[in-house]
Amino acid sequence: MSKKIHVHTRINGEEVEFLCEPRQSLLEVLRDELGLTGAKEGCNNGNCGACNVVLDDRLVNSCLVLAVEVEGHEVTTVEGVASSKGLHPIQQKFLEHAALQCGVCTPGFIVAAKALLDRNPKPTEHQVRHWLAGNLCRCTGYDKIVRAVLDASACGSPGQK
Amino acid sequence: MSPFDYAAPRSIAEAAALLQQAGDDGRVLAGGTDLIVQVRENRRRVKLFIDVKNIPELNELSCSARKGLVIGAAVPCYRITSDSKVAQAYPGLLDAAGIIGGVQIQGRASIGGNLCNASPAADSIPALIALEAACVIAGPQGSREVPVEQFCTGPGKTVLGRGEMVVALRLPPPKKGSGAHYLRFIPRNEMDIAVVGAGASVVLDKAGKTIVSARIALGAVAPTPLYVAEAGAALAGREVSEAAVLQAAESARAAARPITDMRGSAAQRKHLSAVLVRRALEKAIERARNGRA
Amino acid sequence: MSNTVRSTTRTVSKKKTNGYQVIGTRPIRHDGLDKVTGRALYGADVRLSGMLHGRILRSPHAHAIIKSIDTSGAEALPGVKAVVTARDLPALSDKIADLGEGAVNLRDLSTNVLAAGKVLYHGHAVAAVAATSPHIAEEAIQLIRVGYEVLQPVLDVRAAMKPGVPLLHPTLTMESLGKKTNRVSNVASHSQMKKGDVARGFQKADVVLEREFQTATVHQGYIEPHNATAQWNADGSVTVWCSTQGAFITRSQVAELLKLPVSRVRVVPMEIGGGFGGKIQVYIEPVAALLSRAAGRPVQITMSRAEVFMGTGPTPGSYIRVKMGATGEGRLVAAEAYLAYEAGAFPGSPVGAGAMCIFAPYNIENVLIDAYDVVVNKPRTSAYRAPGATNAAMASETVIDELAEQLRMDPLDFRLKNGAQEGDTRADGPAFARIGYLETVQAAKAHAHASAPLEGRCRGRGVASGFWMNYGGQSSAVANVNPDGTLTLVEGSTDIGGTRASAAMQAAEVLGLRAEEVRPLVGDTESIGYTEVTGGSRTTFATGWAAYEAAQDVKRQMIERAAKLWEITAADVDFADATFTNRKEPSKKMTFKEVAARLGETGGPVVGRAAVHPSGVGVAFATHVVDVEVDPDTGKVTLLRYTAVQDAGRAIHPSYVEGQMQGGVVQGIGWALNEEYAYDGQGRMINASFLDYRMPTSLDLPMIDTVIVEVPNPGHPYGVRGVGEVPIVPPPAAIANAIYRAIGVRMRVLPMSPRRILEALGKA
Repeated sequence: MSKKIHVHTRINGEEVEFLCEPRQSLLEVLRDELGLTGAKEGCNNGNCGACNVVLDDRLVNSCLVLAVEVEGHEVTTVEGVASSKGLHPIQQKFLEHAALQCGVCTPGFIVAAKALLDRNPKPTEHQVRHWLAGNLCRCTGYDKIVRAVLDASACGSPGQK
Repeated sequence: MSPFDYAAPRSIAEAAALLQQAGDDGRVLAGGTDLIVQVRENRRRVKLFIDVKNIPELNELSCSARKGLVIGAAVPCYRITSDSKVAQAYPGLLDAAGIIGGVQIQGRASIGGNLCNASPAADSIPALIALEAACVIAGPQGSREVPVEQFCTGPGKTVLGRGEMVVALRLPPPKKGSGAHYLRFIPRNEMDIAVVGAGASVVLDKAGKTIVSARIALGAVAPTPLYVAEAGAALAGREVSEAAVLQAAESARAAARPITDMRGSAAQRKHLSAVLVRRALEKAIERARNGRA
Repeated sequence: MSNTVRSTTRTVSKKKTNGYQVIGTRPIRHDGLDKVTGRALYGADVRLSGMLHGRILRSPHAHAIIKSIDTSGAEALPGVKAVVTARDLPALSDKIADLGEGAVNLRDLSTNVLAAGKVLYHGHAVAAVAATSPHIAEEAIQLIRVGYEVLQPVLDVRAAMKPGVPLLHPTLTMESLGKKTNRVSNVASHSQMKKGDVARGFQKADVVLEREFQTATVHQGYIEPHNATAQWNADGSVTVWCSTQGAFITRSQVAELLKLPVSRVRVVPMEIGGGFGGKIQVYIEPVAALLSRAAGRPVQITMSRAEVFMGTGPTPGSYIRVKMGATGEGRLVAAEAYLAYEAGAFPGSPVGAGAMCIFAPYNIENVLIDAYDVVVNKPRTSAYRAPGATNAAMASETVIDELAEQLRMDPLDFRLKNGAQEGDTRADGPAFARIGYLETVQAAKAHAHASAPLEGRCRGRGVASGFWMNYGGQSSAVANVNPDGTLTLVEGSTDIGGTRASAAMQAAEVLGLRAEEVRPLVGDTESIGYTEVTGGSRTTFATGWAAYEAAQDVKRQMIERAAKLWEITAADVDFADATFTNRKEPSKKMTFKEVAARLGETGGPVVGRAAVHPSGVGVAFATHVVDVEVDPDTGKVTLLRYTAVQDAGRAIHPSYVEGQMQGGVVQGIGWALNEEYAYDGQGRMINASFLDYRMPTSLDLPMIDTVIVEVPNPGHPYGVRGVGEVPIVPPPAAIANAIYRAIGVRMRVLPMSPRRILEALGKA
């Protein structure tokens, strides 16, 4: 075991400090050290998107980020998408459109879709499909997910909180 | 994952010293999208990750009509694809930078990393070769520049010596009347490794009728990305025509020496080399004629 | 009950016309909020105090004898708390256990969980370690030294059937037509289904076609890897938290493999991140339990994605030969099939189900089907959505297409002419009750897609149908009436795709409550009665039925309470729309809520209970239409449009019925175009990742249009048929038929990858 490193970051708007080994991914630290189990491990090599978080303003796979790398940066996880006022429109639309079945990919899709709408509030169907191509869902065939995202965009996303 | 140490130097000198000291045990970390997976899956042993994202020169992205384009080795793809100046001047580069992984990978993966990973199927390398890019390398003996086509020496192997690292890529300003394109074939529409990739650039005369010069490169058909100089050379001085394009495509097919693996057969790759070079050239010519470099 | 058709392209609201208040509406699922906020707890989210992390050492060889295992290196590593191998598992004798979707020999299952004596596939579990961190456990398994004597692997079903090839199990004797033989081979069984006389049938045919097909090994591909957390308690009992399609079947497997009474094993099903049949047989659950026993602490094992590919799933690769004959008028008169499926390392492929399904959509007088279950050096196959049927339909439905073409008939008309109806018998015996096959074909034909012009180079349209038996099985439900007039519904089916909602809605319908007023919960093995797996398209049918009966029980009791309050007999109380009416004085009314508020004064809590084991399963049919474009230079197939039509019997929650259809279609598309296990020459799987095992992404697909046909199942109170499985059956054949129309090439090998299409076109 190598020496643990002290990391200071912001997660979902709050200052957070933790100790981790360099080999621990951000996903591991979120889930195992910080109790944020919303991000899921589906593949651990960047091919499914279930562990998506936003790092500063970029959508990333938290399995492909070393936890030590987030020193001084800001992380938003699925737990930070809804506010005290209620669900984010994308979450509401996922519910209304039945855009989830088993739900294990859903946190990743929610984080990814929000990142899209923050950047491009009125995406086309193709843009939605392209943006979400890094998120695998095996249950839905994507149809209802794409519709939910398009509907959320039509309703107007509140944008960055 | 085997244990390793982590360092985040703030200067090239500091990074070079760490690299020099660590030798084969050290590895530069930029986006990490290849490296972290390789180490996790025991395909590469690393004892020290040297995170270069805090070094200013490696984060430079500048584009000028006079000096051309400088891409710091740690600049993630999303910065390149969202830069309107780069998009305007180097659409052929954007073709490649925009398809390295999905959006999550784009947020992290760098062109410098794509190059140093030295995969025969790397998407950026044929595009960079077509665009006459050079790597700026820093090391204990100072810095040097190497044309991209000479950078990779085998699968996962490069010309980098002990203590050396890629600082940036330099692309010359687009020539008047030039156009470029990169495309690849994958079975899905995203999230795949190229079965074959092809990059092409052309310079046309003022009338847009004659090819002044051309460069063609292929990915995933040889142990390294392949610069097919003869295919480009044969186009120089010829009129733009289907026959000329097809001849270049055939020349690329002949140059390709692919293997059969789970991603494609040798015969399929040979065939696709010609198909993709034809399509790359057609698009490059179209761009040249439309005044888009 | 009339037949209705519901389509996403048309605004058809059947909400008011189907006569129901709740059934057929689209409420937000009860567990949705937790799932969109990241709060829902899946198996890998379990955190217990003192929990250790387990890792499995897997075989690097496809076929080898284990000469020795030295675990001392792992045991010596600081942080390692336990190491186990097959020696730690009790010895078992042959005993077949029914898993609901398929059966397994428990001795084989034990040997699959941890290899004893021999490894039979690349990725076969050999040993396991528990340590204080996952990284230490990972390091530790690399310190275990295993001596192997490597044997030649057998990877292809037809090669495995040949004489003289290496045998996986030197004592495996073939069962032929239900009888044990003494023939030692890789063929575990041969079964046959027969109807009429095919030789005479073919004599009557004007057109006879015989074609050969191969399909690749494919994986269920659920996004959540297998996981198990076990706590061996000081009293000798064990608790397992895991991702399973059935807590009770997991309980019985763990109990059998560890030789414990089932009462000593408690299984807590966590949220499950997809299963599709692949999370029924156990893999790591008993291993986590063994490690916990050895370490004296709870142990969690989560598989990596590579382990999921190498060690679990898949569905069989297969070789199928089909011969069909039709008269000049387009009447099918005879059909013959030979199916050989790869069981993987141990017997038990779904070849029997494939044989039952292959010609089921058609009324054919003379049928002969031979089915072979063959072991090969691949993971033991498990169920995958209509197990066995997709392989079979790829063969039969493309031959049907070719016959229609030769007879110059529209392929849908050909199906209408030959389609099975009520009273027709399948080759395996059963006669159909009221079924909706022809209705699916008619709806496909009537859909705008079927007649839309399809212009452009290398484009083509294909159709195909599919059949699946569905399954009934046992389910339990308990309904507690809350003082505020709501219901808490506890049931035993893990919810993979909205079944809490579909069960709750059936209970709500009975009591006149809103869907939101019934809160469904999934119980563990100690809080709910026995319930079979979420599989076989059974949950909305059987667990829904249990919910319906539990609600009926509540209704009876609540009527008695109302009677008590009015001091009349129960027979004098009417109940409708959640309101009780006093028949003696019809102006006297009480709502369900009002009576619920007064349970304390009328005799205490009202708990409705039901345990069901229904017959009357309604079989499922689907007919699909697809448009493709083929790039003749690259061999790549692009899907332009897809329409899936299916008889749901009754769609309880239409959104989730559509979701099942769309999800099944897309799995079928992946199977058709790109998914396959790739092996090197030594039988090692080389594409065990989501990068190289290419499941469809959102960018590879169009919207999947759905048409729900409702021909109510007479065997269910609301007419429910299972919907989950049959949508995966038609896609490969439909796409193959479309590719033929696009480029004139009949593809008969799955996947129809760009490489194969280029090869078929003679370009590579």
